[in-house]
Amino acid sequence: MNPKQPIRAYGDRHGDGMIQLSFVLPIAPSPRAREAAKRFAEAHGLVDPLVATMEECAENYAFFVVYGSSKHSVDIGSIEVPEVSTASRTREEIEELIKKDIGRKLVVVGACTGSDAHTVGIDAILNYKGYAGDKGLESYKGFEAYNLGAQVENDQLAARARGLSADAILVSQVITQRNCHKDNSRALVDLIERQGWREQVLLLLGGPRIDHKLALELGFDAGFGPGTKPAEVASFIAERVRERTKARG
Amino acid sequence: MATVPVDTNKVERCRQLAQHVADDVQRFIDGHTTTGVERTVLRALGATGASEEGTPLVNVAVDRYHEAGLLDRGIAFYIGIVLVRGAKSVQEAAEELAFAKELVNVDSTPSPDAIAAALAPHVTKALARIDSAREEREALKREVTPGPNPLKYVIVATGNIYDDALQAKAAAHAGADIVAVIRATAQSLLDYVPHGPTTEGYGGTFATQENFRIIREATNDAARNHGRYILQTNYSSGLCMSEIAWMAAVERLDMLLNDAMYGILFRDINMCRTFVDQYVSRRLIGRSGIIINTGEDNYLTTADAVEKAHTVLASQFINEAFALRAGLREEQMGLGHAYEINPWLEDSFLYELAQAQLVRQIFERHPIKWMPPTKHKVGDIFFAHVHDALFSLVGITTNQSIELLGMFSEAVHNPMLMDRYLSLKATRYVYTAAKHLGDEIEFKPNGRIAQRAVNVLDEAVALLEQVARDGIWDSIAKGAFADVKRTRTGGKGYRGVIGKHERYMNPLLDALEGAP
Repeated sequence: MNPKQPIRAYGDRHGDGMIQLSFVLPIAPSPRAREAAKRFAEAHGLVDPLVATMEECAENYAFFVVYGSSKHSVDIGSIEVPEVSTASRTREEIEELIKKDIGRKLVVVGACTGSDAHTVGIDAILNYKGYAGDKGLESYKGFEAYNLGAQVENDQLAARARGLSADAILVSQVITQRNCHKDNSRALVDLIERQGWREQVLLLLGGPRIDHKLALELGFDAGFGPGTKPAEVASFIAERVRERTKARG
Repeated sequence: MATVPVDTNKVERCRQLAQHVADDVQRFIDGHTTTGVERTVLRALGATGASEEGTPLVNVAVDRYHEAGLLDRGIAFYIGIVLVRGAKSVQEAAEELAFAKELVNVDSTPSPDAIAAALAPHVTKALARIDSAREEREALKREVTPGPNPLKYVIVATGNIYDDALQAKAAAHAGADIVAVIRATAQSLLDYVPHGPTTEGYGGTFATQENFRIIREATNDAARNHGRYILQTNYSSGLCMSEIAWMAAVERLDMLLNDAMYGILFRDINMCRTFVDQYVSRRLIGRSGIIINTGEDNYLTTADAVEKAHTVLASQFINEAFALRAGLREEQMGLGHAYEINPWLEDSFLYELAQAQLVRQIFERHPIKWMPPTKHKVGDIFFAHVHDALFSLVGITTNQSIELLGMFSEAVHNPMLMDRYLSLKATRYVYTAAKHLGDEIEFKPNGRIAQRAVNVLDEAVALLEQVARDGIWDSIAKGAFADVKRTRTGGKGYRGVIGKHERYMNPLLDALEGAP
C-alpha cells in the first residue's frame, strides 16, 4: 500500500483547488439563474464559486462560466495504471529483431469491427503512409499486414485471421456510444476463446477512448490510445511473438 | 510587404514638436531634484539596510535633511562632508546622517573639491556595478540567444516571490520569452522601496531588490534549461521610479515599465515629481542597457480606442523625446500601444492593423510593445481566447517586437498557470501559422486600412501642435491624454520636489550625463 498522496487542482498556489466549469442550464438568464448556477457549482464541490459569465445561448437556455476552489482531492498514491511495457525501437531495430530472432514474416490482421465506420485509427497503424511521419506496418519487410477496413463483423474477422494463421489481430474502436466499443470488443475475445485458439494470437485494441487498462479488462493483450505511432505497435507485436517463440522452444 | 502610407514630413514635424515639448520640461528638470532622486543617489553610493522599524536607511537620512530644509544641496554633499571628516564608508556616513544627534555642521565645510574627491571612488564603483551587470547580460545572451520577435511576454503575480519564481520557470517552459512580476497593488504610491524578500502581497508581489535577485536566478536557470534567453521585467514607475531603476540596473533586469507621463495620468502622482524622476531613472536605464516599456496602452482603457488613437501616437513621440534627452538609444525604447477597440465594431480588426502597422513603420528601430485587449474582455473565457488570437494575428502580421500575451481570464483574476499555458500555446499557433503573412500581403493604397493610418497621423500632428503651443503642463491640465486632467501642483509626491541650490551636488547624475 502506497502512502497517501492527496493532490488538489492547481491555480497559482499549491492547494488552492482553482478550477473553472462551463455549462448550460435550461433557464433564461436572470438573477435567479445566476444563483442557480452558483448552487450547481457548489453541488460539484466548488467553494465560493464566482459566476464569470451568464449569457443567453438559446431561448430559455443560459450559458455559464464559473470559477471556484474545488474541495475535492485525489490520492495519487492509491492509483495504479498498467501501461504497455515495450522498449522504444526504431523501424530498423524492429526489422532486425524480426529477421534475426523470429526469422519469418509476422501476419497481422486489422479491422474496425461492428457498426464502426471510422478507419482513421486502423489506417494510421497499418497503411503504408502511417501516422505523424511514422510509416505503417505495411511498409515493414517483417510484417504481412491485412487491413480489412470498416464494419467488419467479429466472426468474419476471426475466420479471416484464423485462415491466415495471424500472429496478431488489431481491433480499432472509435465509436463509443452506449459503450458499444466495450461490448463489441469483449464479444470478439469470447468468440475466439470459444473457438479454442485464443492462446495462438495476440489481441490488440486501439481507439481514442481506449487505454491499456481497459483493454486488459476486456481480455485483450494490449490497448493503445490516441497518438500511438505504428512503430510502438510493431515493437510490441515483435517482442511478444519473440517471447512466445522462445517459450515454445 | 504590407505597409501603410506614411508622410515622412509629418513624422518629422511630430518629432520637432515633441522635442519642443520636452525641451520646455527639461529646463524644469535640470533645476530640480526630488526625495526619490536623492534616495537613489544614496543607494548608488553604497547605503543599504533598514531601521529597526523597517524604514529603509535611505528614507530616514533623506527625509531628515528634507524636513530640515537642507536637501537643496543634494544628499551627496552631506555624505561627502562626513567622508572627508573621517567616516569609513558611505554606509557609516549614511547612518550618521540618519541617526546622529546633530545634523551635519555646514558652517565650515571642506572645499567642494575635497568633497568631490571623497565621493569620486563611490561614484566610480556605482557605475562599475551597472556596467558589470550589463556585461553579464550580454555574456548570457551570447550563450543562450533570445527567441524571435514578437517576444512572448507574460505576467506572474502570486504575491509570494517564491511562488512567482516557480511560475516564471513554468512560463519559460511553456514558451515565454519575457516574465514580468506584477507589483502589489498601489506599491507605486509608496514613497519607499520595501526591504528583503516578500511573501505577502495583494494583486502582485512587492518590487524589492532581493525579490529582483530571486527572479533573476529563476529566469537564468530557465534560460539555460531551455537554451533561450529569458528576459526579466519589473516596474520603474510611481514615487520610487529612479530607485527601482537603480536596483533593476544592478540586479540585471532586462526591461522596465517606465513612462514619462503614466504616473501623472494614472496614479495621480504630481507632474513635477514625475518629470524629474523619469529623467533620472532613464539616465540609469540608458547606462544599463535596459529596455523601457512605455504605457500608452493605458490611454485606451480610459479613452475610446477609435477616437483617441492619435493620442497614443502623440504620446509615443513625447516619450521618445524625453528618452532621447536622458541618453536612451532608440533600441531601448519599447513604445507601447494596444488592441483595445471594441471587438464588435465593424472592421475593428482593420483599425487595429492600421494602427499597429503605422506605429511599426514610424518607430522602425524601436522594440515596439504590443498590448492585448483588456477593456472589452469578458467572463466568457472562450470568446476571450478568440479575441486574443486576433490580437496575436495583428502582432505577427505587423512584426511587433514585444507582445504581452492576452489572458482569457483577464476579466476574472490574475493569470493562473493554465491560463498562461493556453495563451502561449494559442500564440505559438498564430505566430507559426501566419509567420510570413505580413511579407505576403499588401494593403490597398487608398483602402480602409491605409486611410485610417493617414488620419491617425494627421490627428497626432494636430494634437502635438496644440500641446507644443500650450506646453505639456497645461495640456495635461486640459485632459489631452487619456481624458485625464491633472494640475501642476496637485497629486502625490509634490512635497518631495525641491529646487536645486546653485551649488547642488550630484556626482552620480553628473557622471551619467557625461557618459558616452
